[in-house]
Amino acid sequence: MGKPEIVQPVPPATADKTALVRQLSAVLPPGSLLHQTEDLKPYECDGLTAYRTVPMAVALPEDEAQVQAVMRICHAARVPVVARGAGTGLSGGAMPNAQGVTLGLSKMKRILEIDPLARIARVQPGVRNLAISDAAAAYGLYYAPDPSSQIACSIGGNVAENSGGVHCLKYGLTVHNILNLRVVTVEGDALEIGGDGLDAPGYDLQALLIGSEGLLGVVTEITVKLLPKPVTAQVVLAAFDSVFKAGDAVANVIAAGIVPAGLEMMDQLATKAVEQFVHAGYPLEAQAILLCESDGTEEEVAAEIDRISRVMRDSGATEIRLSRDEAERLKFWSGRKAAFPAVGRILPDYFCMDGTIPRKRLGEVLEGIARLSKEFNLACPNVFHAGDGNLHPLIMFDANDDDQLQRAIRFGSRILNLCIEVGGTITGEHGVGVEKINEMCVQFRPAELAAFRAVKAAFDPHGLLNPGKAVPTLHRCAEFGLMHVQRGQEKFPDLPRF
Amino acid sequence: MNDIVSELAERVRGAAAQGKTLRLRGSGSKDFHGYALEGEPLDVGAYAGVVSYEPTELVITARAGTPLAQIEQTLAGGNQMLAFEPPHFGPAATLGGCMAAGFSGPRRAAAGSLRDFVLGAKVLNGEGEVLNFGGQVMKNVAGFDLSRVMAGSFGTLGLILEVSLKVLPRPEQELSLRFDMDEASAIEAVNRWAGQPLPISATCFADGALTLRLSGSALGLAAARKKLGGSPIEDAASFWESVREQRHAAFAGGVLWRLSIHPTTPPLNLPGRQVIEWNGALRWLATDAPAETLFAAARKAGGHATRFRGGAPHTPMMQLEPGVLALQRKLEAALDPQGIFGPHRLHAEF
Repeated sequence: MGKPEIVQPVPPATADKTALVRQLSAVLPPGSLLHQTEDLKPYECDGLTAYRTVPMAVALPEDEAQVQAVMRICHAARVPVVARGAGTGLSGGAMPNAQGVTLGLSKMKRILEIDPLARIARVQPGVRNLAISDAAAAYGLYYAPDPSSQIACSIGGNVAENSGGVHCLKYGLTVHNILNLRVVTVEGDALEIGGDGLDAPGYDLQALLIGSEGLLGVVTEITVKLLPKPVTAQVVLAAFDSVFKAGDAVANVIAAGIVPAGLEMMDQLATKAVEQFVHAGYPLEAQAILLCESDGTEEEVAAEIDRISRVMRDSGATEIRLSRDEAERLKFWSGRKAAFPAVGRILPDYFCMDGTIPRKRLGEVLEGIARLSKEFNLACPNVFHAGDGNLHPLIMFDANDDDQLQRAIRFGSRILNLCIEVGGTITGEHGVGVEKINEMCVQFRPAELAAFRAVKAAFDPHGLLNPGKAVPTLHRCAEFGLMHVQRGQEKFPDLPRF
Repeated sequence: MNDIVSELAERVRGAAAQGKTLRLRGSGSKDFHGYALEGEPLDVGAYAGVVSYEPTELVITARAGTPLAQIEQTLAGGNQMLAFEPPHFGPAATLGGCMAAGFSGPRRAAAGSLRDFVLGAKVLNGEGEVLNFGGQVMKNVAGFDLSRVMAGSFGTLGLILEVSLKVLPRPEQELSLRFDMDEASAIEAVNRWAGQPLPISATCFADGALTLRLSGSALGLAAARKKLGGSPIEDAASFWESVREQRHAAFAGGVLWRLSIHPTTPPLNLPGRQVIEWNGALRWLATDAPAETLFAAARKAGGHATRFRGGAPHTPMMQLEPGVLALQRKLEAALDPQGIFGPHRLHAEF
């Protein structure tokens, strides 16, 4: 037994488009195969609009059998397949392949079953995240992971990206809230990964598939866990005159044995940007604000809010406000939720970075970002899922000015490097996609990347599923000129230098 | 400690060169589970110690040989815990063995499983290279999630050197309540309660009685008790330990099977003694019924049966769909291409 062969990042284009269109049309309902340029245009990018490619065709299957048929045809013809949910992803995971088929799952949007006693929902991949909670609300249940884009993003996309949300410190990421997946392999076989129980025997293929960015299979059905809706929730808004004090307050909340339902931080640039846009009433003189939410029964929330307020006061908060009712709680959150669009109103373009760091390094990382902001002469407000250590610096620039664009790209790369240096990661929740493929070479060493590629080859020997995303080749890492240097002794022993 | 890693790497490379296989071992507390114990034993126990633990980060990182009891004691010092409440199955159980087995205890249905709390792992591959997957942070979606895949792999995909786990604060208070109830009513009740905002952290039905554990603030527990009824039990800690460690009498007799199924499945009515945990989603059966009976019952209930303890060595341990088995085999071949680690421990076929 030797090592698995290395997968080529983009397979050679051998498919004859006319023949492929004919074959795919035969297995899909009328109007479910798009192949004219004007029809393909809307699919040229996802939420990361800086990267665009028009696919060869877009297939829009209505059920699992049609997904299988498309996969079989593409597999036989060695045509790449890029699965796509709602197209809201932020790392270009659903950016098409010019020689490939984009497999849009938006027509598979039925909620198949809600079992209130067992607290599960069985849904198709195109169902919107929020639609699950809406449907479960009648039973006093909800689906916990709540990415900011939950109005629009699909559960299939959430599975592909292992999406989080503002409540994931307490309630977990997508991977913690899935019971069963139906998956179609690159060869077109349908498999069940999981079950109606809480686990399945053998290797945990489900953990591997969740967050695999469409590189290992296509998810056609998802069984999610539903939780009882908390009786009530309340938010503490605390203002600080330094980001360090705000960072200490976060640590002190955790040290007090509290796991808040949500714990978010915004720096002054972010609160100022937001305030012009939504008027959330944030204290603008503060260097940083924290929003800390408690949920549960009336008794539990009252007791916890009291403890949180005490910790904030002891940590040097200059001002503390408690949401007095549901309307005010939503108002406090409205500013945080509007942070990205608010920044977008000030300057036409921004890059949203997604590094995760150990919480205790927050102060120095924010200082580092402020230094880089001066160096590149670009503004960079920060919003921070403080409970999880997931930092979203928003690099503001004008893409019409090429110099600004180039500076923004370099600035972003330096921030990700900084996150790795302090022991963090290049992506907490948005995925690698095409956006961070080069930084993968910094975070991982050749032997680790080789393991990822071996896993990819085990599921997809011809490299047809979402090629060129998420896992870089060593060749690409060498071209990019980056390598993981740890203890100053790592090399690319098996690679020619150029 | 680097010397120990070098030694382990040397042993792995040596085995690879000579075409031998290795049986990775912590304290041997989970040797009862799985098919065969093949290969030269390679003891990982010496690679021990907590690497880092900071309560405010909610993360502990420790070497594989660290005794599980030491991990739990360290966390207790920070008023924290492993929320998946792992069974030890032996006084010297190690963190590496705990990770390799992937077992979770009574709190699992409320808090999550071992794999849910895995943040990162350092692994030695078949070429003696040290690989790092995941990290020490709460959220990390860079690369395939191979650290979670190591959980429950029984040392067949690589040698687990170090593990980083998310930890949680210990509950302020706990209270356990007992209800005399028949099996069908207990299954219905635990599912109904799980759909309400109640601080239930464990459920166990055995011998005609349902026991619930509540965890939370004093106020929360008082309110829940008023709503639920039941009578408090004495010595709750040792009761839950007897369930976790399978020392409770209902686990004894015959082969112990584990059925992970749809939680509302009505009573299975299979021969033998039974313990029901995880709001009905986990049913332990100590029985002499044939394997096929258990597999069929679990399949019908939307889940899987696993032979957990006892039985003839070649009795099937689990039943996987052919497509799923094929993928598992390919995954093993991808991460352990020379087939060095624990052949036939987890799968009879490879």
